[in-house]
Amino acid sequence: MNFDSDILIVGGGLNGPILAVALAKAGHKVTVIDALKEEVRLDAEFDGRSYAVALTSCRLLEGIGLWNSIAEHAQPILQINVTDGRAGEGPSPFFMHFDHSEIEEGPMGHMIQDRHLRAALLDLMSATRGCTHLSGCTVTDQIADMSGVTVTLSDGRSLRGRVLVGADGRESGTAARAGIRRTGWGYGQTALVCAINHAKPHEGTAHQFFMPPGPLAILPLPGNQSSIVWSETASQAQAIHAMSDADYLDVLRPRFGSFLGEISLAGKRFTYPLSLSLANHLVADRVTLVGDAAHGLHPIAGQGLNAGMRDIAALAEVLTDGARRGEDIGSAQVLSRYESWRRFDNTALAVATDTFNRLFSNDNPLLRISRNIGMGMINAMPRMRRGFIREAAGLTGNLPRLMQNQPL
Amino acid sequence: MQMDQSTVDPREITKFEAISAEWWDPNGKFKPLHMLNPCRLDYITAQIAAEFDRDLTAPSPFSGLRLLDVGCGGGLLSEPMSRLGADVVGADAAEGNIPVAQVHAQQSGLSIDYRHITAEALAEQGELFDIVLNMEVIEHVADPQVFLNACKTLLKPGGLLICSTLNRTPRSFAAAIVGAEYIMRWLPKGTHEWSKFITPEELFGLLSAAGVDPVDRKGFVFNPFTWGWSLSDRDLAVNYVTTSINSAG
Repeated sequence: MNFDSDILIVGGGLNGPILAVALAKAGHKVTVIDALKEEVRLDAEFDGRSYAVALTSCRLLEGIGLWNSIAEHAQPILQINVTDGRAGEGPSPFFMHFDHSEIEEGPMGHMIQDRHLRAALLDLMSATRGCTHLSGCTVTDQIADMSGVTVTLSDGRSLRGRVLVGADGRESGTAARAGIRRTGWGYGQTALVCAINHAKPHEGTAHQFFMPPGPLAILPLPGNQSSIVWSETASQAQAIHAMSDADYLDVLRPRFGSFLGEISLAGKRFTYPLSLSLANHLVADRVTLVGDAAHGLHPIAGQGLNAGMRDIAALAEVLTDGARRGEDIGSAQVLSRYESWRRFDNTALAVATDTFNRLFSNDNPLLRISRNIGMGMINAMPRMRRGFIREAAGLTGNLPRLMQNQPL
Repeated sequence: MQMDQSTVDPREITKFEAISAEWWDPNGKFKPLHMLNPCRLDYITAQIAAEFDRDLTAPSPFSGLRLLDVGCGGGLLSEPMSRLGADVVGADAAEGNIPVAQVHAQQSGLSIDYRHITAEALAEQGELFDIVLNMEVIEHVADPQVFLNACKTLLKPGGLLICSTLNRTPRSFAAAIVGAEYIMRWLPKGTHEWSKFITPEELFGLLSAAGVDPVDRKGFVFNPFTWGWSLSDRDLAVNYVTTSINSAG
């Protein structure tokens, strides 16, 4: 019985390739099936998002050998400011301030643009032994049996592996073909995303302003540049997106404030509709899910990528330990360990981000008062404050080895 | 695939497939064994790797090693050992287990030599192994000393005997009889007879009398909070495992 690979991964975004490299470096044979062509992935204009890569996610990226090639593009997050506000009114006197110097581990994370991650990952995959990257093809069929799983590709080829990983996003075809149903809803919000140049330095501070239509995050990039994630109601977002650059900036200015001086656009503008989409199971016969395929979250706390990194580190550890014990890595015995490790964390995070968004994305005066008091209290209590900082850095919970600077 | 299926009656295969599915269902009848299995495998693989200087991160680390799994059941240990490259013979005194294990190995694409035979009979045939596993077996045999003598005879010089069983303590009575059989119903009532359980000192005595040198013992400890098993250097009060070396040859 021949296997083309031990592990087949569907999805060539960030999660799929990172998992592939982590597994290949631990001795597995891995194939990544990417629907997009490499030229599309290499196009700097393809995806305008930036990611807040938490401290523990940075450790994973160091562990797989990716960090060195992207470090020059990464901006350390030294402080986080969270404020409630309304456009034009300036920040409320109640706020939370988190400083990395309150924990021993260093910066809470780094900001990095998607385009740098993408390019570095393509290089790393081709340089990693045991890692095959098929671009520009999709999966049309998958069949699991007693010893493995066979997928049929859009170009007619078929591939056989011991386990199939769906890293194919919120609308995961891998999950759907495996009969895994999803729970979720749209938020009626759309995120406007772009990079902004500003006159004054940001000092490594990330800002989160909670405003009635949705949160505005201002996230520091290298130099005098920040990435913004500006959530508005869907119709409002559409109207703003349709505006000229000058009008767009006019709408943004009163929300953004003047603390960073004069602002201008640093590149293309993008929009992303916001939704919650949770897979009801992380595991089916010889199939498992990571990243947005498992849990598409609201970006409110910047945790989407980091939740995916935790999936990856946990799954890579479960599969590697299983293989070294001689277990069948696609068996229910092995895959259920990954599910029980990640299930609780993922659901808790989904509930938390959903609740945060409901609590903050409105103009209810009672909620405004209580969230202001709540933030004031958290800010006044060092223990609570450190708890939030450690949570933002990803240092809580049962950490996989790759997130503790340990090899697999 | 090379697989000797001659002993399996094709008409019976459907039945054996059903039983084998039962053996391999992590939430089924053999749930306690599945829960314990990763911990047992961690111990076994680490001992074999240390003794035979094998790298567990390399592919097929146990290739070239001949291994006997006494009391192989559905193949819960035989299959992982085969996957790691060992040349595996699985022996079971219960005839019904053999085709069940064979069917599953075939479905998994593994080549394992399963036989309906006792350790004593194998020893008489003069078979020799680098490693003999008898895991959760000795508490079920009629005469532990005769059984261990046979295991010793089956070992090549320098071979490893890995043996796990249940300690005879008040806690093992509470856990293995009252807990596992009566409260959790993990095991059928009457699976174990507490008076046949063996203390580590008694087992070390029996092993030495059989002519092998006991070199290691560890506890398998169940943690009700994490609902999983782990290895312990100190707590051997319920389940424990030992390694002995056939140094005399």
